Amino acid sequence: MRSAVIVFPGSNCDRDMARAIELVSGHAPQMVWHKDSELPAGTDFIALPGGFSYGDYLRSGAMAARSPIMRVVIDAAARGTPVLGVCNGFQVLTEAGLLPGALMRNAGLHFLCKDAPIRVENSQSIFTSRYAAGEELAIPIAHHDGNYAADADTLDMLEADGRIAFRYRSDVNGSARNIAGILNAGGNVLGMMPHPERAVEAAHGNLDGLRLFEGLLGVLA
Amino acid sequence: MKVEVFVTLKPGVLDPQGRAITQALHGLGFAGVEDVRAGRYLTLDVADNTTEAQVRDMCQQLLANTVIENFRISGI
Repeated sequence: MRSAVIVFPGSNCDRDMARAIELVSGHAPQMVWHKDSELPAGTDFIALPGGFSYGDYLRSGAMAARSPIMRVVIDAAARGTPVLGVCNGFQVLTEAGLLPGALMRNAGLHFLCKDAPIRVENSQSIFTSRYAAGEELAIPIAHHDGNYAADADTLDMLEADGRIAFRYRSDVNGSARNIAGILNAGGNVLGMMPHPERAVEAAHGNLDGLRLFEGLLGVLA
Repeated sequence: MKVEVFVTLKPGVLDPQGRAITQALHGLGFAGVEDVRAGRYLTLDVADNTTEAQVRDMCQQLLANTVIENFRISGI
C-alpha cells in the first residue's frame, strides 16, 4: 500500500501520523507538500494531519483547504480513495467541502488537551471495522476549534445515514449532538477531532487508536 | 478601490466569543448589554474594474464559511 501524509505550513502532527501509519503498515508514507499539485502514483490512502495550518488565519483549515494539493485530494476522494483528517485535518475537510458542517471555537473558549472519552457509533466503516459499535474509547484531544456545528437537517441526515463515526460520551466542546467524528456519504472520508495517532504504542500509554489504523490499513493491504 | 466585507455568524449559530464578551462587559458594569455577536471586518484593495459579483465570489469561496456565516459587501 502507498499512503501519503499532506504537510501544510503549520502542520505539527504530520510525523506522528506518519509514524502510526508506518508502525501498522510497515511502509513509510510519502510526505506531500501542500504546494504539490499531484500525489505520488498509486496513492491509496491520504492522511491530513493535525496542527495549525497557515496559523489558523481567517478560519481554522480555511487556507489549507484552498491549497493546490487539496484539489487533487478532493478528486482522489471522489474516486473513493480513503482520506483521514484528524483535528486540523478535520477542519480542512469541512472547509474543502468534503465533509458537511463546520468546526467552531470550543463552547468553553479554552484550548482542550486531554483524553476524551468517546463512543464508536458506526463500526461498519473502513476506519472503524475493528471496533464494536457502542465500544467506549479514550482518545487524546488537543484543540481550540472542535465545536462541531451544522444545521438540524444536516445533523438528522448524518444520524439517519449512520455517518456519525464517533461521539463524545458527554459534552466536551459544545459540539452538536456530541459529534467527535463523521464520515462522508461514500464512507471513504473520515474527519475526527480526537487524535488516534497519539494512541497507538505502549509509550503513549494508550492503544485505543491502534485499531483504526489496523482496520483501515488491513483493508488496503 | 477599497471594498469592505463584513462577515458575521448566521442568526441562531452559537457564538462562544460573543458570549464571553457579553460576560466581560457585565463584569465591567455594563449591565444593559444583552448580547454580543463577534464577526470579522475585511478591507480589500482591488482593481477599479472589480465587480460586486467578483467580490461575492471571493466571499463564497474563501472569505466567509457560508455554512455558519453571512457576509455583506460595502463600497462597490
